[in-house]
Amino acid sequence: MTRFVRSWLGVAATTATLAFGGGQAFAQAKELVFGLQCDRTGPTANVGTVLCPGYQDYIALVNSKGGVEGYKIKVLEIDNEYKVPPAMEAHERFKKEGAVLEGLYGTPQTAALNKKLEEDKILGTSPGFGTASAADGKRYPYTFPIAASYWSQGGAAVAFAKEKLGDLKGKKIAYLFYDNPAGKEPLPILEDLAKTEGFELRTFAVPAPGLEMGAQILDITGRYKPDFIITHLFGRAPSVSIKELKGKGFPLSKVVAFVWGSAESDIIAAGGMGVAEGYSTMQFAGVGKDFPVLKEIEAMYKAQGKPAPKEMDSTVYYNRGVLVAALHVEAVRNAIKAKGGAAPTSEDVKKGMEAIKGFTLGGFVPPLELTPADHEGGGWVQIWTVKGGKLVKVKDWFQGNRSTIQKHLAADAAKS
Amino acid sequence: MFHRESGVFKTTYGADMALYPLPIAKWTVVALAALFVVIIPLAVHEYYLSILNLIFIAIVGALGLNILVGYTGQISIGHGAFMSVGAYTAANLAVRLGLPFWITLPAGGLMAALIGVVVGMPSLRIKGLYLAIATLAGQLIIEWTINHVPAISGGAQASIEVPRPSLFGISLNTQGHLYFFLMFFAVLAIVATLNLVRSRIGRAFVAVRDQDIAAEIIGINIYRYKLLAFAISSFYAGVCGVLYTYYFGIANYEQFQLTVSIDYLAMIIIGGLGSVLGSIFGAIFVTLLPIAIRIFMEDVGSLFFTQAEMANVISGLRLGVFGGLIIFFLIVEPEGLNRLWRNIRSYFRVWPFSY
Repeated sequence: MTRFVRSWLGVAATTATLAFGGGQAFAQAKELVFGLQCDRTGPTANVGTVLCPGYQDYIALVNSKGGVEGYKIKVLEIDNEYKVPPAMEAHERFKKEGAVLEGLYGTPQTAALNKKLEEDKILGTSPGFGTASAADGKRYPYTFPIAASYWSQGGAAVAFAKEKLGDLKGKKIAYLFYDNPAGKEPLPILEDLAKTEGFELRTFAVPAPGLEMGAQILDITGRYKPDFIITHLFGRAPSVSIKELKGKGFPLSKVVAFVWGSAESDIIAAGGMGVAEGYSTMQFAGVGKDFPVLKEIEAMYKAQGKPAPKEMDSTVYYNRGVLVAALHVEAVRNAIKAKGGAAPTSEDVKKGMEAIKGFTLGGFVPPLELTPADHEGGGWVQIWTVKGGKLVKVKDWFQGNRSTIQKHLAADAAKS
Repeated sequence: MFHRESGVFKTTYGADMALYPLPIAKWTVVALAALFVVIIPLAVHEYYLSILNLIFIAIVGALGLNILVGYTGQISIGHGAFMSVGAYTAANLAVRLGLPFWITLPAGGLMAALIGVVVGMPSLRIKGLYLAIATLAGQLIIEWTINHVPAISGGAQASIEVPRPSLFGISLNTQGHLYFFLMFFAVLAIVATLNLVRSRIGRAFVAVRDQDIAAEIIGINIYRYKLLAFAISSFYAGVCGVLYTYYFGIANYEQFQLTVSIDYLAMIIIGGLGSVLGSIFGAIFVTLLPIAIRIFMEDVGSLFFTQAEMANVISGLRLGVFGGLIIFFLIVEPEGLNRLWRNIRSYFRVWPFSY
């Protein structure tokens, strides 16, 4: 009953706020607001509907244990439907509610908010979204990719191919990518590595929405006959690529996918785990349920008398949501500690984020080292391969061709 | 707008076409100006200004599309692409040549108008669904070109960061500054459209829409006016794209894809085809409704759901309620919100003595 009454008071209060405007969010004592943008209904809903519950669950876990350094966390989630104007509205809303940080969602949305984040001095994280050059903390002081950029993934993919093939000299590598800016982004890295490693690179673009790539796959398998394929696809396209490659008899053990072509659901939609034997993918968060933090979330649900949410079964995206939430909480924890327990401002949280180091959550999070200059944290990935009907880790956290990526970052910074 | 005579007393064309049908209408405009220029910026939190800013930009785009679709009867699904033409023209001029917004903004509009005329060429021979497909082709070609020509797009990311507009040495970088910047152009667009549609050109557009053969027989050069409609409409779209670019600080073609064209079509259909007020209503409705539904449900939903559950419920319900309300309004009044507004007004015209 009290909950009912309190909620109706909330309705009245919000109506009053709306009516009179200008009302600041009534910040309660010992509560911090996190903003989270998500896409649960737009074109990337297959990711958002799993990733965002992971984020919410981790925050609920932290709150159930008394919050972070005594501060409860309130998550304000806004669905931007992968559209840009709602993303701006969401950011302004977070700012109004006094959010200390925000999770961004989507590449064009991140691009549109970079400048605003800097002006408003609120840090935004864009794991797996946005531009590679945002790793440069001097250029984009309030944007934090916190996960391997497409450049780092390109470097890692070539390093993995080299490990598989022995030497890359004279070998042929095909790059199958979604024909949008995100898909084209790794090209400078791949082209540079092709020169230094001495392999031949040919690119095959798949036009949106990426559901039809028969011609490209036929071109790759029938005419080009590469030694290795690197794929960088989104949405339903990864499933199609697995199915088509399998159909043409190309060995999937010579394929590695970027991070958005790597979920269990992508592989299952291609005909099941059994079909995709050998298919390798890159990951920026731990995969599977065998982590203490996930066990704690399950225990939290059990204590409430509820079954664990079904999203937990889709571990690739769910774990990424948990990872983002964990890094947010860790940044805030650093900020509160640095201030000796006082409530941190968004600028303190930025410093807290830049102090994250050696926070691995039992192998769940890569050995990130965020610094004021490096907001990517090193560009770590893991490689997981489908073996015997499930994803198996074949290569632990590593940085592929880091020097090449740093060279490009420096050149890009000099250009701007 | 909010007032009416109790009957029709006009005896001249001049009176019928007047911008201010009654002397009191001037005072309404003065009151609205006071509200938007003085009261709202002073009394309202920055967050609400940011929503108004999005509405102002949408109004410019919706007006442009309404001139083409509503007034001239030529369907276009390429509106988003024309916005991107304006956006990239302005961004290139602003970054490479360092030009200020008062040059890049009309330049973006003019470039969009030029491309709009080219994409509009098929309208000389086809209409209806055929034209819709031809303009769809225009949308896709423009998207592809921007994505693949680095000279336009500025590199693999296909996005160009632009500096904030500045006026008299002041950088317009807060929502409050941008509020006045964007409102100025929204008002300019509204006044220009009001005057356009009551001029010879506007009458010719309506004649072409209602029956193009009849229009040709009474001496209207329909080729010229169809292309002019495309040019003017694309000019608005280009300006809208430039405003988006300055508002977000970046030109990125992924902001202007096919779904944006559809969104703008939805605005003018919900608001009312062939009316200036309808474009404004539509822009407000489509921008504001999802936000209003969410804010409402954040409070009501907390009666039934936990914080984590609610995120999912809100996203899903919001789409459902949004779609449902569009259907509801279009069933109540197929000609859109503008007609609904006029019906309400004419009901009260002779109230309480209606029969």
